[in-house]
Amino acid sequence: MRDAGMSKLRASVLMRHEVGLHARPSVKLTKLAKAFESKIDLGLSPDGPWVDAKSIVKVMATKAPKDSTIYFRAEGEDAKAALDALVMLVDGDFQDGP
Amino acid sequence: MDHSTRASHRIQGRSAAPGIALGPLVRLATAATQARQSRSVAAERDALDHALEMSKRDLAALADKVEDDDAEAVLSFQIALLEDENLVAPAYALIVAGEAADRAWAKAIDPEIANYDQADDPYFRGRASDLRDLRDRVLRRLAGEADQAVPPGAIVAADDMPPSVFLSTDWCDRGLVLRRGSPSSHVAILARSRGVPMLVGLDIDDLESGTDAILDGDAGMLIVDPDSSLRADYDRRLAAQAELRRAASAFTGPVLTASGERVQLMINVTGLAELRGLDPADVDGIGLMRTEFLFQARATLPTEQEQYQIYKQMLEWAKGKPVTIRTLDAGGDKPIPGLTRDGELNPFLGVRGVRLSLRHLDVFRLQLRALARAAVVGNLKVMIPMVTVPGELDRCRALLQDAVAELTREGLNAVMPPLGMMVEVPAAALMIEDFDADFFSIGSNDLVQYVMAASRDEPEFADLARPSRAVFNLIRRVTDHAARAGRDASLCGDLAGEPAQVAPLLDHGLRILSVAPGALAPVRAAIANYSGKDSEKTSAKPSGTT
Repeated sequence: MRDAGMSKLRASVLMRHEVGLHARPSVKLTKLAKAFESKIDLGLSPDGPWVDAKSIVKVMATKAPKDSTIYFRAEGEDAKAALDALVMLVDGDFQDGP
Repeated sequence: MDHSTRASHRIQGRSAAPGIALGPLVRLATAATQARQSRSVAAERDALDHALEMSKRDLAALADKVEDDDAEAVLSFQIALLEDENLVAPAYALIVAGEAADRAWAKAIDPEIANYDQADDPYFRGRASDLRDLRDRVLRRLAGEADQAVPPGAIVAADDMPPSVFLSTDWCDRGLVLRRGSPSSHVAILARSRGVPMLVGLDIDDLESGTDAILDGDAGMLIVDPDSSLRADYDRRLAAQAELRRAASAFTGPVLTASGERVQLMINVTGLAELRGLDPADVDGIGLMRTEFLFQARATLPTEQEQYQIYKQMLEWAKGKPVTIRTLDAGGDKPIPGLTRDGELNPFLGVRGVRLSLRHLDVFRLQLRALARAAVVGNLKVMIPMVTVPGELDRCRALLQDAVAELTREGLNAVMPPLGMMVEVPAAALMIEDFDADFFSIGSNDLVQYVMAASRDEPEFADLARPSRAVFNLIRRVTDHAARAGRDASLCGDLAGEPAQVAPLLDHGLRILSVAPGALAPVRAAIANYSGKDSEKTSAKPSGTT
């Protein structure tokens, strides 16, 4: 564990993907999350329940439908960058970004 | 060995599927199925490590090759699953607790499969099959089976072949020769289903890849290095076989005898894989779905939900046509680890079929629940194997009614499907009027061997283990009773798939036959040639000794 005083950063984004959090978008999301050191959680409401955003098993299990708002919280050195990237991915409809 | 001195020679085996294949042999390396001798925690952990790594590599190689987006998405989903600690960590924990690698893996992934099976959204429900596929891929790797493609060659020779490898191979114009296995093994059933000529019990030690050979699935033998006249002879037979298949595949519409009488022609299957490429419009339904193969070659028994999904998909495929699903028919020559009894003195007279189910009510109830739920989806009929006395069928009926009541209480949709019986024990055929069955289906394989007291697996008895007048007498008893009682009687054994037996079967009152999909065309042609009872005078030597 890093700096115990470090607070969790939060972000949320509306998912407009036509089908919801299916296999393809979930794979992209977890891959991106894994690129960051921070611990990153995903939830479908601002109060959780939270699941590990780096786990395809957990992310798919949320079975998030179209038009869900996805909530993220992150804790770690690169938490800010991670949240920005994840929000951009979901907001950009899971297109292949740069 | 000097090639020029080789003379044509014959190796006798047993026929598992009829037909002819000719061309170069290809010998498959023995799969290292005994690779995991050690049961230590470290060895099991290494085995799982290796199987996961190899599976990941196989999937990555497949993903490189596929061109359509959807297939690629499934493969990358499966790769991501293999890389997810949340999936694999529980498997490793189970290994540390003393579980074997294959069981640990299955136990870790099965709850995830069940979770998807229960999803409301059809998309997520569909992912269960991706996970099942992944589970089986890793289990195959754990069993030491490489994900190898069968190399080109007209006649494939191997010690044994798992059904998964058989199903992933293109068998067009090819044949299969196995050292192990029997005509009732899963692969043999699949081979008959696909019209792939196949032999079992054949000594393959001296076979070399590249050698020219002829597989004669009708005579049960392999001819190595055939001379030119033999070769020409078989070339002609092969051409005739191809012509017959071509002509027969042109048949469509209802199956009629020469005199215009309607005969229902159905298919026997073991799972969904065989239905791919088959149009339900070309058959009158599924006359026999053998469920025992859902229970074989896996670490855990299939769950209710898993069974329900498979039964449901079969009914959806049939589009309202009847689908007869037989409850677990294990025992005898179809053992299931952890369920059937080892070392029975005489397994064919032992705990098999309904006798086994009634002794494992936990397993049987689960299957009946899955069936009662699937009965809502389409035209399902449930069939009980190896019924000997009326009390057995009565108990099955009560258990099925209990399952329906229980499901209804739980708020799940379920209905009572028609409940019928296999007629394969002489005691049942003799007293057929005593049984409270909604339909009858004659299992000719077992009926013949029980009436004749001769095993089909004993080559010496080939002349004895045949449908004699005694067998046809019992068939007549069943069809007469069914006609009087206004119930259906069908025949779903291998006998129905032999074109030469079609006329005597029709003579004895049968109007519903169920055959391997590969036998549809020739049987259809034999029915079309049937012009009524007078065939009894010319061709009704029903003993059919050849």
